[in-house]
Amino acid sequence: MQPALSAAEIIREIKRAGIRFIVALPDRTTSEHLLKPMLEDPDFRVVQVCKEDEGLSICCGLYSAGHRALLLMQHTGLLDSINALRGSGVEGRNPVCMMVGLLQLEPGVKPTESKRYGLRIVEPVLDAMKVEHHLLQSDDDIEKMAPAIEKAYGTETPLVLLIATEPS
Amino acid sequence: MTMKRDDCLKALARQRTGEIVVAVYKAAQEWIQIAPHPLNYTFTGAMGQGSSHGLGLALGRPDKRVVVLDGDGSLLMNLGTLVTIANAAPKNFVHCVLENGTYETNGAVPIPGAGKISFSAFARAAGYPKTYAISSLEEWERELGTILHEPGPILVDLKVEPAGKYAEDFPRLYDLKHREAFGRALRESR
Repeated sequence: MQPALSAAEIIREIKRAGIRFIVALPDRTTSEHLLKPMLEDPDFRVVQVCKEDEGLSICCGLYSAGHRALLLMQHTGLLDSINALRGSGVEGRNPVCMMVGLLQLEPGVKPTESKRYGLRIVEPVLDAMKVEHHLLQSDDDIEKMAPAIEKAYGTETPLVLLIATEPS
Repeated sequence: MTMKRDDCLKALARQRTGEIVVAVYKAAQEWIQIAPHPLNYTFTGAMGQGSSHGLGLALGRPDKRVVVLDGDGSLLMNLGTLVTIANAAPKNFVHCVLENGTYETNGAVPIPGAGKISFSAFARAAGYPKTYAISSLEEWERELGTILHEPGPILVDLKVEPAGKYAEDFPRLYDLKHREAFGRALRESR
């Protein structure tokens, strides 16, 4: 059975981490139960972007202006943003925090063992870039979020939170 | 008709008050020499991303006006930014495109569509409420006072040509110490 992820708990944890700006492209894994409620939530300012690397750069600008932000996107968008992640995130030491949906990850399968090439390479690419990442598979993983975000801001390093299954 | 890029930047420097200025590539190399200031932001990391960094700054500090000195090749690499900016509608955002028609930093190869495309038309179609296309220094100096005070987002297409010799210093553009100094200056600038 596929472990469950509570969307309400994730949103609560995002708020606990002091994040008020959400920068987003729709992702099938997170759109329905995370992005759509956030669009209606007065605690968040959601900035919708046309492309993921834009979103990464907006998070950098927000950081220099004194704000915490979370970028929502699909793993394909993360792969498309590698140069911005390299330049602004890693080399530029910006604590860009990203929540990345692993679209069509098979239930109960590790991303590195997926039949889908695009999913298999995500964690190795992040490892090669020395970007910290955590896999959120069940509610037990949600409490990792706020400390990881705190660490990202404390060390000025990027963070990727991988969403293994659609929250409900 | 075009303007010398450094004349254009010097005119902006003369009328600058407390604005954040985000600059990329050639404009950045010249701007940091023409108008050194702790609120200069050149830490854009990847080509095409200047206006997006600027949008983050503008949304995060609505009390500060943000002027982006973008390049035409840079903007072509991130055209969706026009829609994102127009949709976010920051009133404190001025987006200048220094249009020289080439990828000047990368060998002065012409941009695709050089001389045929209109950045001000792109911006209007994307939803910018106000745009300018300026090709003379006199007009730029005349309009600057308005541009720096009227509600944005505003796009200003500046038709420019290369200026005199300015030393390139890419490490300075991305220097972390300067970014930290920028952050301190911005926090103190209320």
